[in-house]
This record gives sequence, C-alpha cells and structure tokens, in this order.
Amino acid sequence: MNNSKNYWRANLKIVLILLFFWFLSSFGAGILFSDLLDKIKFGGFNLGFWFAQQGSIFIFVFLIVAYCVLMNKLDRKYRAGKD
Amino acid sequence: MDLQILTYLMAGASFALYIGIAVWSKASSTNEFYVAGGGVHPVANGMATAADWMSAASFISMAGIISFMGKDGSVYLMGWTGGYVLLALLLAPYLRKFGKFTVPDFIGDRYYSKLARFVAVICLIFVSFTYIAGQMRGVGIVFSRFLEVDINTGVIIGMAIVFIYAVLGGMKGITYTQVAQYCVLIFAYMVPAIFISILITGNPVPQLGFGSKIISEDIYLLDKLNNILNDLGFSNYTDSTKSKIDVFCITGALMAGTAGLPHVIVRFFTVPKVRDARASAGWALLFIAILYTTAPAVSSFSRLNFINTINNSSYESTPVWFKNWENIGLISWSDKNDDGIIQYAPGNSLNPIKPIFSNQRGENGERIVSNELTKNKNEVYIDRDIMVLANPEIANLPNWVIALVASGALAAALSTAAGLLLVISSSISHDLMKKIFRPSITDKQELFLARLSAALAIGVAGIFGIYPPAFVAQVVAFAFGLAASSIFPALIMGIFSKRVNSSGAIIGMISGLLFTSSYIIFFKFISPDLNFSENWFLGISPEGIGVVGMIINFTLAVLISFFTKPPPNHIIRLIDNVRTPE
Repeated sequence: MNNSKNYWRANLKIVLILLFFWFLSSFGAGILFSDLLDKIKFGGFNLGFWFAQQGSIFIFVFLIVAYCVLMNKLDRKYRAGKD
Repeated sequence: MDLQILTYLMAGASFALYIGIAVWSKASSTNEFYVAGGGVHPVANGMATAADWMSAASFISMAGIISFMGKDGSVYLMGWTGGYVLLALLLAPYLRKFGKFTVPDFIGDRYYSKLARFVAVICLIFVSFTYIAGQMRGVGIVFSRFLEVDINTGVIIGMAIVFIYAVLGGMKGITYTQVAQYCVLIFAYMVPAIFISILITGNPVPQLGFGSKIISEDIYLLDKLNNILNDLGFSNYTDSTKSKIDVFCITGALMAGTAGLPHVIVRFFTVPKVRDARASAGWALLFIAILYTTAPAVSSFSRLNFINTINNSSYESTPVWFKNWENIGLISWSDKNDDGIIQYAPGNSLNPIKPIFSNQRGENGERIVSNELTKNKNEVYIDRDIMVLANPEIANLPNWVIALVASGALAAALSTAAGLLLVISSSISHDLMKKIFRPSITDKQELFLARLSAALAIGVAGIFGIYPPAFVAQVVAFAFGLAASSIFPALIMGIFSKRVNSSGAIIGMISGLLFTSSYIIFFKFISPDLNFSENWFLGISPEGIGVVGMIINFTLAVLISFFTKPPPNHIIRLIDNVRTPE
C-alpha cells in the first residue's frame, strides 16, 4: 500500500516538473514574454516568434520522450521493490 | 501528363490501397471493432493517431490561415500540439489502464452514473459531428478543383470509400488505413514544401529555410517578408496584433480541447499496455510535429510568393492557377482603379467580405461580383483555405506534385472522418444501447448495431457535405471549446481526485457546457455584429472562452463534491487501479 502511494507521488512529481517546462515554452516564451524575446535575433528569426511557431513544438516532443523514459525507469524501480 | 489524369491516377491508387487494407483487416468482434483488439503496435498507433488528428483543417487550411495572420497564427501551432503533452502526461496511460472501449465508458463508470455517461455521449456526438462537417467540405474542395467533378459527386465518392473501410473494418480497419494515410499525407505535404524551400532559400529543410536568407540576396526571408508587407501597408508578419489574454486563452482552449477530443483519446485504448500508450503518444506527436513545424515555413513562403506573383501584375498575364481558383469562386479581383493591374493591400476588397459572383465577365475577362466595392485600395479577395493547395502551382512545380497534394488532402480528410465516425458509432451502439437502454443485447447484436450506426453517421456526414451548413467555420471554435469545458475536466478530475463525486462532475460538465455554448452562440449566431473585443468578457474571444468554461467546470465540481457524499469504496479502488500500471 505504502509502495503504491510512493509510486503515485513520484509519478505526480515527474508530471508536474514536465508540465512546468510545457507551460514555460508555450505560454511563457511563446506568448507572455514573447515580445521581450523578439528583441533577440536567432538566425533569421526573432526568438519569441521562433518559440511561438517552432521551438515550443520541438520542446513538446522532447517532454513526452522524457516522460516515457522517466516513467519506465520508475516502473522498473517499483516492480523491483515489490518482489 | 495532364494534371487531371495524374490526379485521378494518384487519388485512385491511394483509394485502392485503403480499401485493400480494409478487406485484409476486417473486424469480427466488438473488441476488434471498437479498439482493434487492443493489439496495435505503438509506432503504428502513433502514425494512425497522427492521421486521425491531422484533418483537412491541418492539411489544407492551417498554413493558409497562418500565412495571413503571421505571428497571431501561432495559437494553432502551439494549441494543436501542446494538447498532446496534456494527453500523454495526464490522460492516455490512465485511460489505457482503465481498459474499456469509449470515453463515456470511463466517465460513466468513474462517476457511477448513467446521467454522467449520457452527458458525455451528448458532448461527444456534438463535437464529432461539428468536426466531420469540416472534413466533408475539404473533400468537396479538392474534388471540385482537381478532379473537376461536381462537389456532390465528390462527397458521395468520399462517403463510399469511408463506408467500406469504417463499416467493415471498424477500428482495426481504420487503424491500418490511417497508417497508410499518414504516409500519403506527410509525403504530399513535405515534397512541395521542400521544393519551395529550395527555390526560395536554397535550403532543402523547410524548418531551416524559414530562418534562412533568400537565395542570392543578403536578407533573411522573414525580414524581407516584413519589408514587403510594410510597403503595402500591412503590419509586421512577425509581430502579434491580438491582446495577450486572448492569445493565452485561445491557446489554452485549443490545448485542453485537443486533449479532450474523444476520437483522439480512444486511439490510446488500442495499444496492448500502459507503457505502449505513453510511447505511442510520443510517436504521435513526433509524426504530427513533422507537419506542424513545416506548416509555418510553408505559410511564410506562400505569402511571399503570392504577393510577388500577384501584386502589380496585369490580370491578363496572371498564371492559370489564379483564374482556375477564380472560376471556382475562391478568388476574386475587382479592378477598382480601371488600370487592368492587380493591386493587393490591407483590408477587405468587398462588402460583404465573400464575393457574390454575377454571370458576367469584365473587360479584362475577370468575373464580375455584385458586392459593394470597399473604399480601400485592395482589389483581391482570396479564400485562405486555398493557399496550401495553390502553393505548388504558385511556385510552378511539376504537375505530379500538384496531384500528390490533392491525394494528401483527401487522405487527411478521409482519415479524420473515419476516426470520428467510429467514435460516434461506438458511443451509440455501446454507450447508449448496451449500457443505458438495452443491456441485454449480445456481442453480435452490438457489433451489428455498431455497423448500422456507423452507416447512419456516414449518411448524416454526407448530408453536411452536400448541404454544408453556413456555419462550418464558426463551429470549429465550438468543438474545441466544448471538449475543453466539458470532457477534459471530467476526465482529469476522474483520475487525479478521489473526492470529486457524481453530482460534482455532472453539474460541472453541464455548467461548463452551457456557459461555453451560450457565449459562443451569442457572439457567433445571435449578435455577430457585437463580436469585437470591447464586448467580450475580460477581452476573451469566443475561440478562447472554453478556458473560462473549463475553470467554471473545475470550480463547481470541486465545491459541490466537497459538500456532498464522497464516492463509494469501489470507486476509490477503481481510481487506485487506474493509477498503477500493470
């Protein structure tokens, strides 16, 4: 019982950390402080514009991959503890 | 070879492929019909999810819309991909563990209430039909432009194809057809994008070409686009013109709406295990991201090409594509200053905005419109939906590329329509009949009912295609707003709270739904003349109001649950079970 509680808590921690970066890259860099970032040039892009149209999407893909890796690791740990 | 013959060949070959797959993967039980037997490989499921998700709107309309909105168009890019992060982290693994057939299944069981299930079914049917209407319009446009058949014939051909593989194959047939459709649509999207990127910037990767310098000029593409637009009197392509709160809310509503769309969620019921559900969300977003990071590049290329080709050139010497689209009624030109030359400028050229064509031709051969001409300098009306389809022609690409784009657009529309039809049919046969009205039917009878309701749903969708309701464009906001304000919160609270009970969830869903739909109906249908930011609640447009509906849903559900009885013990065990993978 305690074991599954710990598992759930660890799960929530992973999710919350990843959602923080999800919010930062889209609502943050793409919208809220996008105009500020636009003052920085990134190749042919204004940085805020790049986050809004491309950067956030790359980060989303990375976040789901990270989630899969972290959760599989957590699953293994949890299963080992049960045996 | 002639464009029309090429298009017939390519579209015909792709249709034959889809039907072949459907016959090979015929469903024989409800389990196979609803969730493909739960044995789909995560990569295949990722591709199928991507095809299911990327509709005619993503393929045909999105790049065109962004092309005219510039940075404001980012809401679609972030909203329609960011939703997958929510889906992967907050919904897919748990709903897979729950392991039943439909979204109302989860809501009905978790909130131990037939009423909750019924409300979920109503939301689901409304959202899905809204969506299908848009797909059928896409099929109609492609058929009428490239195959030069009547739009109605086009819709009927499309219906017949979907009928064969959705009714026969169910989820199993749809899944493997969608894998094929993904390959067709992504190839069809990338080929012209790569060509155009090479032509304009010399870089074969559109994502990089977007940020590169224009070939043989020392200026970045986006800077050049800004300069050209400024000269014509437009604001910068790379600057936002909408208010921050509105952009914020629209993005939020599209994200939560995406995560709450039943035809996407149900795809995660088809993989064998919880870890496969997580992986397949990752694959799905990767496959989607290929198109979604290309789209903004295509938008900027096509805006540049469009202005360069059209502005200040004489009507007589315009390329054939301009006249072809004019003949279908999606482009119009009215020579306001009688110089025979096309002038493109900010503002609408006509009042009302869309051209109403008379049967006459002007002295240059253009179609005469009976609209009032506006006072500004702009002489061109262009339907934003045609940019992606016209792009290869604008850039003078070979005919086979144009035929490929037409087949890709059909793949995008048909794959989404099939996925939607399936969730409609399973919610009728499974949730309404088996779980609410006729619990005694056998698996075989239920399978028959599922096929019957799929067939009926196709009929209704076809009627939408042939007699398109004038409000198709407006109702897209509806689909996402409703999914965000009703289904999404109910699912999230069902997984992450043990305290939210049936009364809380039902009242939450209904009030989210009522608030969002009355706001949208008021501004889109009852008083469209009041639909501007001074009248909006906190400056939030109808497109973004789903976020407010969602907050209302969450707040009421939590408050009411707090003052009423907690869920019974077997529900607590159900939640514990959903939270732990096998």
